[in-house]
Amino acid sequence: MSEVTKETPLKKVMIICAKGTIEDVYAALIMANGAVMEGIEAKLFFTFFGLDAITKKYMNKLHTSTVGNPALRMPGGLPFPTLLGAIPGVEAGVSAMMKKEMDRLDVPPVDEFLDMITAGGGEIYACKLAADMFKLTKEDFSEHVKDIITVGELYSMSGGEGTQIIFT
Amino acid sequence: MVQKNYAGKQIEVTDEGYLANPEDWSKEVATEMAKEDGIELSEKHFEVLEYLRKEYKAGTPLSIRKVGKSGIVDIKGLYSLFPGGPLKLSSKYAGIPKPASCV
Repeated sequence: MSEVTKETPLKKVMIICAKGTIEDVYAALIMANGAVMEGIEAKLFFTFFGLDAITKKYMNKLHTSTVGNPALRMPGGLPFPTLLGAIPGVEAGVSAMMKKEMDRLDVPPVDEFLDMITAGGGEIYACKLAADMFKLTKEDFSEHVKDIITVGELYSMSGGEGTQIIFT
Repeated sequence: MVQKNYAGKQIEVTDEGYLANPEDWSKEVATEMAKEDGIELSEKHFEVLEYLRKEYKAGTPLSIRKVGKSGIVDIKGLYSLFPGGPLKLSSKYAGIPKPASCV
C-alpha cells in the first residue's frame, strides 16, 4: 500500500493574477499569504489588469464590478440591479463597503497585504509583456515587486517536486 | 487525542499536537513542545505566547496581522521566531487551539 499512497506535500505555489477587481486580487493575495503562513514557498505573478494590484497609483483603489455581476447582492440578499450599478458613484460605494467588511475580518489593504507576504518570504513579480503593453516600468510598481519577468522566467522558477501553478 | 509527557506530566494533545486543555499549559510545557520542533524559546517567544494566550482568553480571533500590530514583534520578526508557521506554531506553544483564521 505504502508505495501507492506516497505523500507529496505541497512545497511551492506559483500564483498568477490576471484581473484587477478587488475579489480577483484578494483571492491571489489570500492564497499566497496562506501559503507562506503554512511554510509553503509562494511566488505571485501579476499580469494584464492584475498589474493594478502592484501599481502604486492604483493598488489601494481597486474596485469590484457592479455591472454584469450576478452574484452581487444588496444587504439583505436581493439581487443588485445591473442598471443601479451603472450609476456613477455606486461602484465606489460598493467597493468601499467590501473593503470595510474585509478590514473587520483582519484582511489588510493591498499594500499592507504585500508587506505581510514578503515579510514571510513570498515574492512578487510583474509580467514583462503586460508591463510593456501598459507602458509601466519598475518605478510605477510598488517596492514589493522583486522583478519584471517573462513567462519563460516564470516557468524556470516553477521547478521542483511539490510545485503547483495556480491561475486565479 | 494522544497522551504526551511534557514537563513530567501526562498531557492530552490533539493529533496535530495542540493542547487539548489550555489549562495544562506552563512555560516548561511550551519549552518542551518547541524543542520537539527544534525551536529554543527565548524571552521574545514567551512575550508572543503570553500575548496569544491573553487574546485567546478574551475571545479575540487571532491573525498574524494582529500579532504584527501588538507592538511585541513585527510580522517579519514573527516569521523568524516561528519559522514555517508563524501563527500555527506560536498557537501550539501557547497551548491554545489551532488557529482557524485564513490571514
